[in-house]
Amino acid sequence: MDIATFSVQLLNAVQHGLVLFLVASGLTLVFGILGVINLAHGAFYMLGAYLAYWIAGYTGSFALALVGGVAIAFLLGLVLEEAFVKRLIGRDHLAQVLLSYGLILVIDEVRQILFGKDVHSVAPPAWLQGSIELTDVLSYPVYRLALCIACLVLAGIIFFIIQKTRLGMILRAGAENRDMTRALGISFDRVNRYVFAGGIALAALGGILVAPISTVFPGMGDSMLILSFVVVVLGGIGSVAGAAFGALLIGLTDTFGKVFFPQVSSILVYLLMVIILLWRPNGLLGRAS
Amino acid sequence: MTPPRALTRSLLAALLMAALLLPMIAPTYYLQFFAKAMLLAIVAASLNLVVGFGGMVSLCHGAFFGLAGYVLALASPSSSGASLWTSLPLALLVVAIAAALVGALALRTRGIYFIMATLAFGEMFFYFFHDTRVANGSDGIYIYFEPEIVIAGWRLVDLGNKTSFYYVALASLLLAIIVISTLVRSPFGAALMAARDNEQRARSLGFPVFRIRLTAFVLAAVLAGIAGYFSASQFGFVAPQTLGWHVSATLLIMVVLGGMKSVLGPVFGAFVLLGLEEILKSNIEHWKLIEGVIVIALVFMLPGGLQHLAQLAFSDRRAPAGQPGSGASRAGRQHHG
Repeated sequence: MDIATFSVQLLNAVQHGLVLFLVASGLTLVFGILGVINLAHGAFYMLGAYLAYWIAGYTGSFALALVGGVAIAFLLGLVLEEAFVKRLIGRDHLAQVLLSYGLILVIDEVRQILFGKDVHSVAPPAWLQGSIELTDVLSYPVYRLALCIACLVLAGIIFFIIQKTRLGMILRAGAENRDMTRALGISFDRVNRYVFAGGIALAALGGILVAPISTVFPGMGDSMLILSFVVVVLGGIGSVAGAAFGALLIGLTDTFGKVFFPQVSSILVYLLMVIILLWRPNGLLGRAS
Repeated sequence: MTPPRALTRSLLAALLMAALLLPMIAPTYYLQFFAKAMLLAIVAASLNLVVGFGGMVSLCHGAFFGLAGYVLALASPSSSGASLWTSLPLALLVVAIAAALVGALALRTRGIYFIMATLAFGEMFFYFFHDTRVANGSDGIYIYFEPEIVIAGWRLVDLGNKTSFYYVALASLLLAIIVISTLVRSPFGAALMAARDNEQRARSLGFPVFRIRLTAFVLAAVLAGIAGYFSASQFGFVAPQTLGWHVSATLLIMVVLGGMKSVLGPVFGAFVLLGLEEILKSNIEHWKLIEGVIVIALVFMLPGGLQHLAQLAFSDRRAPAGQPGSGASRAGRQHHG
């Protein structure tokens, strides 16, 4: 493998990892703050991609699809939190698993009714079409580079919110010791609602951003869900920094695994998880329970 | 609070009689349906050993079910059926080894981590069969001939015969129920439940919690393997979807629907869910939407499952054993934070 091909694969790996981080950070925040396990996270990723296809198809504008898709997902998250998730906090994990599985069935079927089960593609915005010539034979699509930058900016925003704002302070305190934070006078009702909706919006955002470079298909949420779970297990539940670390690790393993060992690449990711679980059962940056 | 014992016994005896006599009246289609339901009831009941009695919410049980089917498919010669005497033990051995490896790793974790780790390990099996050419990849693999049960040249049972197969499935289900009931009532079962209710206390009393849980995990997987082996034989086909996590999630629904407190709860849960799916499928195009709504309703309105409903029917007071939800609240309970 020459240096140019290597660079292209490295870029792909980083881009894959960054998208994974966006989706997994939503998942890990919902775990960390609400203590709720959400199997439907992948379904919202899939829904985001279909919303992007639908809105971009109607309006012809990818920007509108981006804003509209995220807004719809956020509102949906608020409604679901109010209707169901709120009542699950403190219930056992099995109830959470079942509720979110029920949501997957409903979301999948609603998608089927609204958009069918065909495979679709979404065009990137016109100014991001085309590619950059790396060598005579190799080029890199502009959209993928823009995607990397967008994800980095978003990651920066997420870290800024968590580290520097009052909301972030509440989030960190809540993940550390919820009862103590409550005793100090912080009400979690609103925080929970926004964290859940925000988590779902992040999943949908991941789906929307990926839509122009991958195909939009019904099963896309499943593989994303499992990869996000692996990322969260690797990084430690509730740790956004852990999720960033885990996501990049998985992005690299997955992408270079596909290059070097195409048949067993998807298993490599799990092998990595096995090794890390053996070494640190609570994840790389997780606290001992 | 619970239905009178004598009543329960006579109801169960009547059910067993009905199950034994069913092949005389039911058309082949229903025999096949009931055989399939009985096999899945084995898987649900075995999962309850882990989830209900062990308190570990596993999302990879379907992988063990499917893995046994794959072993049968790979062990079957192309021109004849595999011998059950060799292929069944082989399938169960492979499942036991796989479960021991997965369990040994996943049981290092607790609560949400355990759920996620089992989900990820289960998917590892899915991708193994999906991405490699070991067993025809995503296309799945056919089993053209049922396994043969032959003693000294004499064919004991013909699994291709729908009635014979029905009785094999029924016998397997009864065997599984007896094994699980015996386990649950044994000192092993008591230790397993002690570890579920208070791990710290069980540990300080000297119970080898890890080993007990691992044993339950592997035993449950082997029981699921028996069902998976016969299920693959029944349909003559296994595909990666057979061991995907949606199977595991559906099994969890069966367990909770039936009720986790008893051995028989998940068996009824399996029959009710499959019967419901059968009715919905043939009447409604978007039946999964209804199923999803039912699952969500189950979580909020009937957390103790159908068993809870049965108890209410025989109860003078409204809420037995505290509040609704006490049935489901054991498994996977973890202090938050």
